Amino acid sequence: MSFLMLEDISVGQTLPPLSYDVTATTVVLGALASRDWRPMHHDYKFATVRNGTRDIFLNTPNLAAWFERYITDWTGPRGRIGRMTFRMRDSIYPDDQMVFNASVTATSTDVQGCGWVDLDIAVTVGDRTCTTCDARVAVPVSQSDNPWSRRGEAWAP
Amino acid sequence: MTELPSSITDSIGKPQYPKTANFPVESSYSWNTLSATENANPLYWDEAVAAELTNGMTVPPSTLSLWMRPHRWEPGATEELVALQVHFDLKSALNLPEAIMSDNTLILHEPVRPGDVISHHQILRSISEPKTTKLGSGRFWVIDIEYHNQNGTLVGIESYTGFGYRRAEVQA
Repeated sequence: MSFLMLEDISVGQTLPPLSYDVTATTVVLGALASRDWRPMHHDYKFATVRNGTRDIFLNTPNLAAWFERYITDWTGPRGRIGRMTFRMRDSIYPDDQMVFNASVTATSTDVQGCGWVDLDIAVTVGDRTCTTCDARVAVPVSQSDNPWSRRGEAWAP
Repeated sequence: MTELPSSITDSIGKPQYPKTANFPVESSYSWNTLSATENANPLYWDEAVAAELTNGMTVPPSTLSLWMRPHRWEPGATEELVALQVHFDLKSALNLPEAIMSDNTLILHEPVRPGDVISHHQILRSISEPKTTKLGSGRFWVIDIEYHNQNGTLVGIESYTGFGYRRAEVQA
């Protein structure tokens, strides 16, 4: 099982991009998987006529899940996300190709010895930046370290 | 400054709608999220990996809000059941028929495991002055949700910024 360690990561490093062709199924599957029954995520007429959007669009918890996938694809399973803040500037619709890109903005080790990586992530569709995300993910500081084993005060996301 | 109803200003900072989920956390439902995002992280698919890293199965942290979301209908319900009731209360109180979420923050603490029963409450943190965006005119608000497991251990805090609005053409 391969995984990144803190010493493998440097500020300015970029993550491999992730491209995904969004379909109506992507939107509906993600909404229902996150138990989000609001109609703008599955009902075209409601989204366009009531909400005034172009189509149904990806819902917030599903976007969080896409960010999680993108981050842990990179870190491997020992990567433990501590915090994510994302701003949805524009919606992501069926027939969009969304592209995730990210760079490392900081690395650090906290007083408990936990290794942290700060990421600046953007999801774009063409020339539209739809969502930006600041994420903080813990990674091992050694071969034997496991961020998931941290509990209580040893875990400070 | 435009006045807000006292029912809203008085509620800022106070826990509302404390609730314990009426279903336990389960792997099968969390796998729907992994499937929807084509997430192959073995931590959530492979029991041996989960045993090594998390002392047993957990669910993806990004599914945190899933466990507060009610069924759309359940016996005895007379209207649609919604998550984030404070958000819908604000829409109603301020007569803002549409709303979207603009920002979301997840702060993740103790891992959530299959079989956990999650409790949560909502806290209105702030509400803006009237704003106009390309969607329409309304207000932004920030709602926090704090989640605990059945042992009272904090598993996460989530913060939503919502924008409730009235579309321009509807106002005309």
